[in-house]
Amino acid sequence: MEVGKIKRVAGPLVQATGLKAAMYDLVLVGEEGLMSEVIGISGNKHIIQVYEDTGGVRPGEPVRETGAPLVAQLGPGILTQIYDGIQRPLPKLAEASGDFISRGLFVDGIDHKKKWEFKAVVKKGDVVKPGQSIGEVQEQLLIKHKIMVPPNQKGGTIKEIYSGNFTVEETIAVLEDGTKLTMMHKWPVRRARPVTKKLAPTIPLRTGQRVIDGFFSLAKGGTAAIPGGFGTGKTVMQQTLSKWADVDIVVYVGCGERGNEMADLLHEFPELQDPRTGRPLMERSIVYANTSNMPVAAREASVYTGMTTSEYYRDMGYDVLMTADSTSRWAEAMREMGSRLEEMPGEEGYPAYLGARLADFYERAGRAEVLNGGQGSVSIVGAVSPPGGDFTEPVTQNTLRMVKVFWALDSKLTQRRHFPSINWLDSYSLYDLDLEAWFVENVSPDWNKNKRRAMSILQENAELEEIVMLVGSDALPEDQQVTLEVARMIINFWLAQSAFHPVDTFSPYKKQFDLLASILKYRDYAFEAVQKGISVAQITSVPSKDALAKVRLEAEYEPILAKVLAQMDVEFKALK
Amino acid sequence: MTKEYKTITEISGPLIFVEKTEPVGYMELVEIRTGGELKRGQVLDSSDEIVVIQVFEGTGGLSKDTAVSFTGDVIKMPLSPGIVGRVLSGSGKPRDGGPEIVPEVLRDIAGAAINPASREKPRAFIQTGISTIDGTNTLVRGQKLPIFSGAGLPHNDLALQIARQAKALGEAEPFAVIFCAMGITNEEAQHFLADFERTGALERAVVFLNLADDPAVERILTPRLGLTTAEYLAFDLDMHVLIIYTDMTNYCESLRQMGAAREEVPGRRGYPGYMYTDLACQYERAGIIKGKKGSITQFPILTMPGDDITHPIPDLSGYITEGQILISRELHRKGIYPPVDIRPSLSRLMNSGIGKGHTREDHRAVSDQLYAYYAEGNDLRGLAAIVGKEALSERDKLVLEFADKFEKRFVNQGRDEDRSIFDTLQIGWELLADLPEAMLTRIDDKYIKQYHPKYAGTAKAAQAPAK
Ligand SMILES: Nc1ncnc2c1ncn2[C@@H]1O[C@H](COP(=O)(O)OP(=O)(O)OP(=O)(O)O)[C@@H](O)[C@H]1O
Ligand SMILES: [Mg+2]
Repeated sequence: MEVGKIKRVAGPLVQATGLKAAMYDLVLVGEEGLMSEVIGISGNKHIIQVYEDTGGVRPGEPVRETGAPLVAQLGPGILTQIYDGIQRPLPKLAEASGDFISRGLFVDGIDHKKKWEFKAVVKKGDVVKPGQSIGEVQEQLLIKHKIMVPPNQKGGTIKEIYSGNFTVEETIAVLEDGTKLTMMHKWPVRRARPVTKKLAPTIPLRTGQRVIDGFFSLAKGGTAAIPGGFGTGKTVMQQTLSKWADVDIVVYVGCGERGNEMADLLHEFPELQDPRTGRPLMERSIVYANTSNMPVAAREASVYTGMTTSEYYRDMGYDVLMTADSTSRWAEAMREMGSRLEEMPGEEGYPAYLGARLADFYERAGRAEVLNGGQGSVSIVGAVSPPGGDFTEPVTQNTLRMVKVFWALDSKLTQRRHFPSINWLDSYSLYDLDLEAWFVENVSPDWNKNKRRAMSILQENAELEEIVMLVGSDALPEDQQVTLEVARMIINFWLAQSAFHPVDTFSPYKKQFDLLASILKYRDYAFEAVQKGISVAQITSVPSKDALAKVRLEAEYEPILAKVLAQMDVEFKALK
Repeated sequence: MTKEYKTITEISGPLIFVEKTEPVGYMELVEIRTGGELKRGQVLDSSDEIVVIQVFEGTGGLSKDTAVSFTGDVIKMPLSPGIVGRVLSGSGKPRDGGPEIVPEVLRDIAGAAINPASREKPRAFIQTGISTIDGTNTLVRGQKLPIFSGAGLPHNDLALQIARQAKALGEAEPFAVIFCAMGITNEEAQHFLADFERTGALERAVVFLNLADDPAVERILTPRLGLTTAEYLAFDLDMHVLIIYTDMTNYCESLRQMGAAREEVPGRRGYPGYMYTDLACQYERAGIIKGKKGSITQFPILTMPGDDITHPIPDLSGYITEGQILISRELHRKGIYPPVDIRPSLSRLMNSGIGKGHTREDHRAVSDQLYAYYAEGNDLRGLAAIVGKEALSERDKLVLEFADKFEKRFVNQGRDEDRSIFDTLQIGWELLADLPEAMLTRIDDKYIKQYHPKYAGTAKAAQAPAK
């Protein structure tokens, strides 16, 4: 392998001569061997982005080739890890260099010394295909790690296979052609892992968030963008989804965001329970933390590393949720590298290939029949941080072209402390129709009907509010005043949901449905009363209406709700 | 003796281009001698033949035969416990007539990133004595909470009041204040120094002054020096450090100037595309490290050009910091001090620093309820201006009045008024008590029963934090 020489250093970009490395190959820059990637070749010069700080690096220092692109190490031991953008475990980095990250450290993505109990599921003489499971490891109490023939290998007939305790480097099986298999393989992060067939998005991904499940639901294997100005709730929403989503595995990519947020997550996840299993959330989670002050090139890579691990667990047949906070920081990392390369910029200085990169990324999501035979999915929720909260900017626009669900955060709602600040008029889910059948079958035949009724009330409310701004609400006809009140109930009692309330942070489907149905019941009573000539003031001051406000805060809400509804029956009958 | 070059080939704004023969490191410290003066610079681009250097003290007086030498090392800050109590220039030279700092350690001012896995979750409540902060936008140790303000607004007074009053509930622990001035006027700087002196704060402060007439490029160093000092005091000497820097807008102007000089492709409004990352490298140097006693809490102050919060400087800051305190011109005109508009203000770490065991269990609910009606009352002001107050419903009238009272009683307070968190919550409850109980939809009944003045009656229930 060649050793080249640095010609120029400017920020995270280095130029070197004397290399034969291919595009996207990993190289080690300088005396310290800083992890870097070839991102351009021009004449005899290689252009290299360095994943670490380059202060003090000099022209003349060596550049060493590795002969391979940036890969993720895939095998048991990934779950519960917290990595930087290039899959270096952060606790290991801390062991090596203390509380501040120093550079030139190389640490394996998974522990190469630890022994895992491997149980073969195929035997001597079986023919195995690429991607097929040959055995299992109990990686976490409830999560079996399938050991698969790497999808980029040929497969063949098993000559030998052993069950027992092994490290990820030891041979666990040998094929007839002499190929040795271990529990670990490496995969280039920028390349999508293959599947047999993509499947239609017909199963909702339950999030426990009423505005999402009820109005703008995400499908398993679907893609959603959550754009919003600063402080509108992107991170809280992504963390909430990571906590409560009914998926098997969560990959949380903190891409160019805050260190304290990561500390918060790392503090909470081991303590919180997965509502499905009662086990600590951390056991099903993988965290990538490349904070805003860590090198931008590694930030650019983090999204791909995260995606590769997501696909890997999908390939085992799991439902995976990947959240990326924030894709704008990823795009900015591209912009920064692009401008240092003196590329011709596209819109707002972003590289012309911004759209293509975003498309490639979101295309890696999906529900699929995997090579292993079963089904798995990767769903993506990407935060977007538009400058000035203006959605017309290139990252938001290019993202919207790709994703099927749009949760538009609205700073007006944030200022009113209405959370989640998802605007119910601007947001949409293109999975709506695909999922209707599932809800009818699994929750209630009225699910879709109620949803449409609630949405049309909110729509009407928006129109009425414009009139109110001119003439005041008292000038409206009585039935329209009732509509305003019902809309207020839907907004405050149902759409609003605090991520920090121990009970309200997660709302099961049944509860979501019951609460909304109760508000609609109030609406029907109220309209009936208006017909009978009862005054709006009377209608809106029935005590059961206010009692409805707090039902969502109760874990055992059903008896309480039943009481409130019974009270409502009585109160409306008594109105004269 | 290091080699001296007299090979400047180009001088362009704050940059010089130098031909050289030895290999020079990226970000290396450079010494430039002209006349009797020593200027310092930093390598921004290093190739085989030529290096590009930014000169901190400005390029005035440099010529093609000025002597340039490379130190072989990046810029380091000399540090020792004796730095506390000193006044230094924006590039770290003594400005108080005292001696140079005799270093115990030298630290790279670029500062490495704190390993996210080594961070401790910040959750120690800091009482600033200011209701709009403690009550509704609570500060915790290790947070970075900027003040977004406008020209001519009393942000400095607020910052000083915070510096004076901020304390953790519980026993006293060693702490220090670092003050970094970037491009502010001499008068403003004097205002800060006089207040520090009056209150005796100077003894436990480190001051870095880059004033309006000091070189603009030097401003790029100032926060880095301040933060390097902060890390030393917090993580070597176990102190709780509060760092105030003002004005970030001037810092960003310097970044823009450097970017333009380097002919970089500009991002929004001419600011460099890497400004987010650059700002993050300052702001992220706040926090707490597991197993260490000290902490760094940041209070950056920035004036929003044209009071525009979407301007890239406040916008990018808001995307990095853990909230913001917004100073409002409208409230200032109404004579309210501190004129903090709580609606666009936010403290993202509030949740971990409030509630049972920190402040009081009803804190979150009270804060949410105050927010909700203040925001609604503000919206109603617009409506009342059009249709007249009389046309509002009874409920709306109550909410409108609530907003007015909230500004007068909760927001407004004296420049020396140091309210305890329990005083603040009490004021909140008193305001809420003017609304019908059924309207308190965001507060659990059990807190209403316990803290609502109607039930509590006595001040006792409201005073004692429920443990
Ligand atoms: N669902 C929610 N329930 C309660 N509070 C919320 C919720 N969502 C957001 N918040 C509040 O809003 C604050 C800001 O939210 P968050 O940090 O998620 O914003 P963000 O959009 O990620 O901002 P940035 O782009 O700057 O990272 C939180 O600290 C919290 O106080
Ligand atoms: Mg965020």
